[in-house]
Amino acid sequence: MDASVDRIAQPWGSRTPYGRHEPWPARVDTYLEAGVEPDDVQQWVQAASILHSDGDAMDIAVADGRIVGVRGRAQDRVNHGRLGPKDLFGWQANASADRLTRPLVRQDGRLVECDWDTAMNRVVACSRGLLDEHGPGAIGFYTSGQLFLEEYYTLAVLARAGIGTNHLDGNTRLCTSTAAEALKESFGCDGQPGSYDDIDHADVIALFGHNLAETQPVQWMRILDRLEGADPPRLVCVDPRPTRVAREATVHLAPRLGTNVALLNALLHEIIRADRVDHDYVAAHTVGFDELAFRVKEYPPKRAADICDVPAARIEEAAELLGTADRLLSTVLQGVYQSHQATAAAVQVNNLHLIRGMLGRPGAGVLQMNGQPTAQNTRECGANGDLPGFRNWQNSEHVADLARVWNVDPKTIPHYAPPTHAMQMFRYAEQGSIRMLWISGTNPAVSLPELARIRSILAQDRLFVVVQDLFLTETAQLADVVLPAATWGEKAGTFTNADRTVHLSDKAVEPPGEAKPDLDIFLDYAARMDFRDKDGGPLVTWHDPESAFEAWKRCSAGRPCDYTGLTYDKLRGGSGIQWPCNEQAPDGTERLYTDGISWAHPDICENYGKDLATGAADSVVEYRSLNPDGKAMIKAADYLPPHEEPTDAYPFQLTTGRTVYHFHTRTKTARAPQLNAAAPDVWVEASAPDAAALGLGEGDLVEVTTPRGALRGRLRVTDIRTGLLFVPFHYGYWDTGAGHAPGGDIPGRAANETTVTDWDPASKQPLFKTAAAALRLVERGDGRSAPAPTTAASAPASGAVPATTGGPSALVTQSADGTWDSPEEENR
Amino acid sequence: MNGVAFLLRALHHGEKHLTRHLTAVAERHRTEHEVHHVATDLAGWSREQVRCLSETAGHYGLDLDDSADTRLPALVSTFRQKASEAVSHRSEPGLLLLRDLRELHLGATENSLHWEMLAQAAQATRDDRLLGLASACHPATLRQMRWTNTMIKNLSPQILTGP
Repeated sequence: MDASVDRIAQPWGSRTPYGRHEPWPARVDTYLEAGVEPDDVQQWVQAASILHSDGDAMDIAVADGRIVGVRGRAQDRVNHGRLGPKDLFGWQANASADRLTRPLVRQDGRLVECDWDTAMNRVVACSRGLLDEHGPGAIGFYTSGQLFLEEYYTLAVLARAGIGTNHLDGNTRLCTSTAAEALKESFGCDGQPGSYDDIDHADVIALFGHNLAETQPVQWMRILDRLEGADPPRLVCVDPRPTRVAREATVHLAPRLGTNVALLNALLHEIIRADRVDHDYVAAHTVGFDELAFRVKEYPPKRAADICDVPAARIEEAAELLGTADRLLSTVLQGVYQSHQATAAAVQVNNLHLIRGMLGRPGAGVLQMNGQPTAQNTRECGANGDLPGFRNWQNSEHVADLARVWNVDPKTIPHYAPPTHAMQMFRYAEQGSIRMLWISGTNPAVSLPELARIRSILAQDRLFVVVQDLFLTETAQLADVVLPAATWGEKAGTFTNADRTVHLSDKAVEPPGEAKPDLDIFLDYAARMDFRDKDGGPLVTWHDPESAFEAWKRCSAGRPCDYTGLTYDKLRGGSGIQWPCNEQAPDGTERLYTDGISWAHPDICENYGKDLATGAADSVVEYRSLNPDGKAMIKAADYLPPHEEPTDAYPFQLTTGRTVYHFHTRTKTARAPQLNAAAPDVWVEASAPDAAALGLGEGDLVEVTTPRGALRGRLRVTDIRTGLLFVPFHYGYWDTGAGHAPGGDIPGRAANETTVTDWDPASKQPLFKTAAAALRLVERGDGRSAPAPTTAASAPASGAVPATTGGPSALVTQSADGTWDSPEEENR
Repeated sequence: MNGVAFLLRALHHGEKHLTRHLTAVAERHRTEHEVHHVATDLAGWSREQVRCLSETAGHYGLDLDDSADTRLPALVSTFRQKASEAVSHRSEPGLLLLRDLRELHLGATENSLHWEMLAQAAQATRDDRLLGLASACHPATLRQMRWTNTMIKNLSPQILTGP
């Protein structure tokens, strides 16, 4: 194995091939800052990555009270020692000179430094004033996908039972709400069915709108290692871009945007037509098969080919692979979740597994993925549009049970309507019925659709905006109070990745200045607000991460996400552990649904289901009659045309997305020099035929316009599907000199200047991948190239573009680890 | 046969009316994005029902036009959108929205009852064509009712009690 590798030039590092059903060999990736030798490290502190949803376990290297590097944890089930580029370099942002170190309050229009008392008193005064004058509905909380479980749970308790507001959601609405909704629609309850270990056993792996190589690079390393080993899997890739996954796929389908349901219906059509159905499984564990069979009859490959602009023969080839797989693993991400008919399409992937009986066995599983590192915890803790512990807001027994855990009157907990989703909260703020919005750990002024609108909402005088963050983000610049937060490495807590693995992330160093852990900020607010339970005792009875975790365990007891078998001590030292973890499963649970469907019974389920086209809620009566015995539900869906289609004025389809080097709005990754240099500015991708037709070439400065707004970036000509434009969504304005918005000499840079305000009616996830756009030349590139990485999906179609490299500062040590591998594996 | 003719006419009128109303509500509440997009989709469902009714009506000696003709004059349409955008920061449109959703729900309910009656008449006369029409169309009407009901349930607490 190579001693050291440029992990910017080679984001996935070197190969450790392994065969089907064999354990994935360990490879320990270590990066220490220049001048630091392993012997200089005084302490290795256990943590896991919070720059994606993979949950890569790592140790933080500490010397003289500073973070000086990271190392993958060989003994962890998720990554077996490997780290991705963001894990390796992202930590450097912690020590940025521009971290917020003191609270800020707005005074005479400007944000000025103050002490914590001044800032918190303002927040408390505003809260009390609004509660007195307008009631709890005037206060909303918009949180993140990057805090820790203990923080979300505390926030959920203080918002739902302390304030008593229904307005609490996470930015996980943008990344994971369709995953949750699709699981609820099919299985009655949230909870990832599969496990990452399924990659070791599958013979066919299908990735639907999932650019795994860039979003969870460590699991892509796992697939690459299997592709080089004995009995490799065959890949099916559905993606309109030429991703690394697409390039390795046996069958690559690149459909027109917004047509996933038509494509999936055609795949199901072929599987049912060829009778690749596990009829015993269907009869024992599902309801609704006949309706699906009836509905997909109308989607022969020829029809889908016309809708999706994909050759019918490719659809048939893909169906053949899916239909004949011995162990099928499917994964789904934003290409489905942020696209038209998001939930309906994600549910069809569940259907594929239900009708083929591909669940609950090694290699046979579904991974409805998450985008963000702690998205799973917002879902569990009730900070993402559900009640804590996957309780059903429509089930009064569930609400009563939650009220018992919190020792409050059930009426205290709003449950007359579903918890308000983020897009609706911004609408209420726009309309003036939400008057205080507390935003923790997220940057809506760059990440939400139609930014001109979002800025106009946040800038209103009548809206009191609290922002809790590490940096003066675009959103923080619009706030009335800014609270400086500690981050990963500066605080302790747990979080759960996309395959239900719970990790502990310990504190390695002190936060800068007066910055505080998010948990401490929420606890301080709860204390100042003096929230009480029904007996007059304090509502929030915990005081630190571990006591918060113990409180959460009581709330999770007996629920699908049961944490009662976990403790901080148990999570320390070894590997992460998958929930449910309780007395019956003290070592955790690798796969759900190994023995039928567990959580769909009408009395237990988290949700009674929704109309996939309209979002209309089904009632318990309808649910009981459809699914009295709590089986999995096969739900069919018709294809509906997208709401925005290309026109003469806007002839292209436009999608947004991400790169392997950045996370979200770059608040951290742009402050890590290697990551920033790899993708320093926004770019626009177009196909070679489209570029040629418009006389455009690599590096030309172009403008992308939609009815909402425009942005400028340099053009990268790639093998993307013809008629489609791609813009990465990471780039905002904090590093442009313009502050928080385009203006003056600074043109639009954020992809979300152009995106449409539209969301999936069932999951309420915004649709970032369905817009129509125009493209025009602004200025010739004259030999310049786009600032787009050459290593992944934005690789140039041809021509002389300098390769993306990291140089000496990006060299990462890779080593085999004898404590994990058996000797034979070490020798391989 | 008179009763069937009456029902076909009533449904044709009712679905046309609902198409127009859904389209108008979609435009009037352009800044309520979910209402705007879903109401536009649901108008398409009613438009399709009008087409199916018109197709079937010929077999019963009726001449019902097949176009829901919901296109408003461009000026009216633009005016409604602009009016919606101009008041996007105000709270009064919330009450108007609840009223519009209520009217949509009542319109869909009326259609639903007519579809029910048509299906009963079809069964009593063993008219498979008519039963087929009612069976194909009625579910969409029920879904329109559920959607309006859900939106009213979800939006009422905030709109009716907020500042």
